Amino acid sequence: MLMIISLDQLPVGESGIVTVIDAHGLTRRRLLDLGLVPGTVVKTIRKSPAGDPIAYLIRGSIVALRVNDSKQISIKPFSEVAINE
Amino acid sequence: MSDYLISLAGNPNTGKSTVFNRLTGLKQHTGNWPGKTVLQAWGFYRYQNEQYTLVDLPGTYSLLAHSPEEQVARDFICFGQPDATVVVVDATSLERNLNLVLQVLEITSQVVVCLNLVDEAKRKNIQVNAAKLGDELGVPVVETVARRGIGLKELQEQIHLLVHGKIKTNPLKIHYPPELENKISDLIKQLHYLPESLNKRWVALRLLEGDQSILRGIQEVTRLAFS
Ligand SMILES: Nc1nc2c(ncn2[C@@H]2O[C@H](COP(=O)(O)OP(=O)(O)OP(=O)(O)O)[C@@H](O)[C@H]2O)c(=O)[nH]1
Ligand SMILES: [Mg+2]
Repeated sequence: MLMIISLDQLPVGESGIVTVIDAHGLTRRRLLDLGLVPGTVVKTIRKSPAGDPIAYLIRGSIVALRVNDSKQISIKPFSEVAINE
Repeated sequence: MSDYLISLAGNPNTGKSTVFNRLTGLKQHTGNWPGKTVLQAWGFYRYQNEQYTLVDLPGTYSLLAHSPEEQVARDFICFGQPDATVVVVDATSLERNLNLVLQVLEITSQVVVCLNLVDEAKRKNIQVNAAKLGDELGVPVVETVARRGIGLKELQEQIHLLVHGKIKTNPLKIHYPPELENKISDLIKQLHYLPESLNKRWVALRLLEGDQSILRGIQEVTRLAFS
């Protein structure tokens, strides 16, 4: 089965590949400026105590994203990639 | 009266203020957290008997997302008519830093890239081929360790060569899909009244993006040009 999840669902320590950025306008611009384009590898680093924001490793930098934003990013987890290929 | 105006742009925490302080002898606040420089600081230095004004811009990842810092940086690069813009990049996270470099190259071809923090990069076993990077970007790339003043003479030399027209840059051009390129060409034709100093392709892109904030800047520049 091909599983796509939203980025906020990617567990700590796991990586995946961005498939779709569903945000619009300025939010989309900001996400693109962080290097989040389809094909980018992202790893979840840690969650804040409240679970929002969440820190990710993106292109060698650690970036905190609010769940409101990370929800709009679709991710194919690496475990899935391996199983399907 | 200064001979040349140079702006310093870059992502947060890449060492812009360190470069600025080293060159001008001023003490703009530096420190190991991002976002210290919010307003532009101005300073001066002399090189080869000419006076340069250096403007330390706030650090930004982009020029397009409309935060106050980004507006300050963008308006200066676009409308402040600097003779050259130095983009300070972090050699340890080049991929991320190049986004801003490409955005600046879309606005102006008068660019020198200052590849800073090469000591940190070495420590992390990251090697950047500066000459190759310069070839690909089409502008000079100078390796520096700003905190120890390494490479800053060469940076001044490249700026000097650039503002005297002794280096011809050939900035990497971003090609958009044909549909968009056609619209860009149409708009550029209608923008013939803009002053030479404004990059019409860039203005056309912003207008296509629905960017309202650009209009105010254009009005200001146009008013100055024709008054
Ligand atoms: N190791 C090393 N550290 C550097 C170098 N250049 C600057 N630094 C340090 O990096 C930190 C950030 O430098 P700043 O000059 O404040 O950076 P900035 O780009 O002005 O930051 P913002 O104004 O927040 O955008 C400081 O602690 C500097 O001492 C360098 O070449 N090597
Ligand atoms: Mg600074």
